[in-house]
Amino acid sequence: MADPMRIRAAEKDGIVDVKVLMKHDMESGQRKDAAGATIPAFFIQTVIAQVKGKTVFTAEFGPAVSKDPFLNFKFKGAAKGDEIVVDWVDNSGDKRSDKAKIS
Amino acid sequence: MNNQRRNVLRLTSVIALMASTGLITNAQAAEWNKAAFEGKNLDDVLKAMGGTKPETSADIIMRAPDIAENGAVVPVGVETKLKATQIAILVEKNPSNLAAQFMLPEGAEAFVTTRVKMGQSSNVHALVKADGKWYIATKEIKVTLGGCGG
Repeated sequence: MADPMRIRAAEKDGIVDVKVLMKHDMESGQRKDAAGATIPAFFIQTVIAQVKGKTVFTAEFGPAVSKDPFLNFKFKGAAKGDEIVVDWVDNSGDKRSDKAKIS
Repeated sequence: MNNQRRNVLRLTSVIALMASTGLITNAQAAEWNKAAFEGKNLDDVLKAMGGTKPETSADIIMRAPDIAENGAVVPVGVETKLKATQIAILVEKNPSNLAAQFMLPEGAEAFVTTRVKMGQSSNVHALVKADGKWYIATKEIKVTLGGCGG
């Protein structure tokens, strides 16, 4: 199981501002190790954010997203105290799900 | 009654149940657009996303540095007044152009920020899909490697 994400969600004037920091190597598949062999790509592919079972944002990443990906997005339709659930899946099938309360 | 049809129905309901109970996550159920991420240029990526030739738009605001000291971590933000349902970030000189794309369901604001890797100084495109049409904005970002200037 991968390391937990850091999620911060704050509501202001009806808009929820969400910042997510994921912990992942995001290996590009372009780099070579000391022996000259290519290090295989290893990266998060999909990220989904949901509130009360409703998807509020989806991201698809390629290997060009930086190590320990950061994501900032905004949406309407949730209130303070609601819970936001963020899921990600990487190209090896590993996944992680974390929650945060909207403040 | 057709047995095969019943089996199909049963299978779909099982999958729906698995998704709702969390046995398979929704992120897994979503499809990753492999062809788009393998695109070597803007046209390839657009084609894979089912897009047509984009129109240059002044309504797309790109928040990114003019000069990035570290190509491994370049912050790129895209914001627009257009009714965006999809946003994509492309780095022209990366081996695969598409860095990330975002789906904006009803209620999501047309705003996103993330960090991307850049192999070298390059044009960075922000593609926005609004009302079924594609719009584009481009910004050149210079990458200085090892602090020796560019």
